[in-house]
Amino acid sequence: MTLLRLEQVARAVELPDGSRLDILKGIDLVVDAGEHVSIVGRSGSGKSTLLNLLGLIDSPSSGRILFDEEPVESMPGSRRDRSRGRDVGFVFQQFNLLPGRTATENVVTPLLYAGGQQFWRRRRLAIEMLERVGLGHRLASTPDKLSGGEQQRVAIARALVRRPRLILADEPTGALDVETGAAVMRLLDEVATSTGAALITITHDPNIAAMASRRYRLEEGVLQDLRPVAGEIAR
Amino acid sequence: MNGFLGALIEAWAEFRVNKARVVLSLVGVGVAVLAMTAVVGVGQIATQAQIEQLEASSGRPATLYLSTPYNSVTGQSADAATVEPVVAALAERYGIQYVAASTWLNAEVQTPNGVEGGDGRGVDVPYGEMHRIALAEGHWFTAQDADRLLPAVIINDYLWQQLGAPSLTTHPTLTLRAGGTAQAVIIGVQPSTPYENYPRFFILNSAWQTIQPASAAMNGASNWEFWVPAGIADELTARIKSEVSAAIGDGWQVSVNRNDYLAWGSSDPLGPLRLVLLGVAGLVLLLGALGLVNISLVTVRQRIREIGIRRAFGATASRVFLAVMLESVVATVVAGAIGVVLAILLVRNDFVMQYIAPGVTDPPPFPAEAALVGFLAATAVGALAGLLPALIAVRVKVIDAIRY
Repeated sequence: MTLLRLEQVARAVELPDGSRLDILKGIDLVVDAGEHVSIVGRSGSGKSTLLNLLGLIDSPSSGRILFDEEPVESMPGSRRDRSRGRDVGFVFQQFNLLPGRTATENVVTPLLYAGGQQFWRRRRLAIEMLERVGLGHRLASTPDKLSGGEQQRVAIARALVRRPRLILADEPTGALDVETGAAVMRLLDEVATSTGAALITITHDPNIAAMASRRYRLEEGVLQDLRPVAGEIAR
Repeated sequence: MNGFLGALIEAWAEFRVNKARVVLSLVGVGVAVLAMTAVVGVGQIATQAQIEQLEASSGRPATLYLSTPYNSVTGQSADAATVEPVVAALAERYGIQYVAASTWLNAEVQTPNGVEGGDGRGVDVPYGEMHRIALAEGHWFTAQDADRLLPAVIINDYLWQQLGAPSLTTHPTLTLRAGGTAQAVIIGVQPSTPYENYPRFFILNSAWQTIQPASAAMNGASNWEFWVPAGIADELTARIKSEVSAAIGDGWQVSVNRNDYLAWGSSDPLGPLRLVLLGVAGLVLLLGALGLVNISLVTVRQRIREIGIRRAFGATASRVFLAVMLESVVATVVAGAIGVVLAILLVRNDFVMQYIAPGVTDPPPFPAEAALVGFLAATAVGALAGLLPALIAVRVKVIDAIRY
């Protein structure tokens, strides 16, 4: 089942001198539910811009993005915000935990924008998710008391606590050492798989990218599929 | 419902996490609300005190004042005995419950230090309530006091002290001289005003007549006061004048005027005081609000990343607006509540009450209006101070904010 579809998506910005900078050009991408996709690219290749489009944060200059086969551009802003909160979970490179809040409070944050049971059981759900990422003993710790790996695990718990159908990880291991990064990625992959969420990892690390079932390279705004074609496999 | 509750939870969390900053920023608001509430409260109590003073001297609204009719041809004042039945008939006809004659009396009193001249006033029983007379000791006249063998008097505190402050339960007496000499029993003591260093007393008109029937020459002219509903005051003024004129015949000048403070000119005599107090209170609050807006603006700029994160996790623009507004409103309401409570404690303090409203007979409770004004002002300041930061927060671009 197709969760996210990009059709000839382009994103350009106007520079102060009036010229136009094309960041993304003609992107076509289909992500199915439960799939793990990685996108690699050098700095300045447009990775973050693409992530913002995938996360319904930004709008394309041209082309279409369909979420659940519904064109995103036709969604009113507030509905897009709610859809983002319900269906998309973000894991950022710099963790972006709320300072001064405990791990539990950070994981509770997305649930404050939920309705029904998720809102009323928010604390219970947050604790369950933190226990699931191995931080049951760090519930009351604030970010400044957590290691980098622990902070990223809190961020993962926060991204997953609303059971999103799409997890967007922007350089999730960028601020971690190699071993911790690998452990965090295994955890992310495992939890995403168990919850049936699609996972899109944007990274410049080929090793992290290799953990995905489908890999793409973003170069000068163009997305290239790195899947070996059938003929190459046969050879 | 969930949205509002969620925003409230966020606001509380923000308050809790940044306690020190929030509390410091709210000190100004709390003090401003305290000042405003206290100023409004003090103003109202002081106003009440001033009203009571005005009512003590010239009667409660609406008091109609009938001067002793005067004959411009003979130069004589009408005899009280002539006017009294007319006044009684008027009171009966128009159902006026509060009517009192008052007469200035020239009398001397005996004290342990000798004989002193004193200001006496002959009054009727309703006079006490009509002029809000409060006593430090004893009680005001009742109808039974007219039947005493020894007339009852109410003296001022100065005279009471001169007499050695005798306990009223021992029925102390006062020796009066106005032509002849008479004894009167002291039944009450009225507090003296700050510069009242002379004897003063009240006595019932009827009692005065029994002890000094021949000393009319020692008395001033009688005047009559009618305490009537303000709505019919003008109509009654005209009727009293015409009916008294008709009863005592031609040649007499009859003057009936409304005498209470509300009749002094077309505007409220306390209006300027109220305006000044309100102006001061408003200024104080404005300063507090400006301080809060300043801090809120700086704070929201520091929180752009946090707002971006919240947007990324599903907070709508309206939700962010509500949360930032609520942070401000919740905090200022708390500060305002504390300010109001402190203002009540401050204003209701005995020392302060004595200073702002000495001798008030009906000390008003802390004006609910002042507490409400303080509370609403705090809420309004919170909303206004939160508005600008909230608008800035809504305009935050999620992408830029997360990278901020």
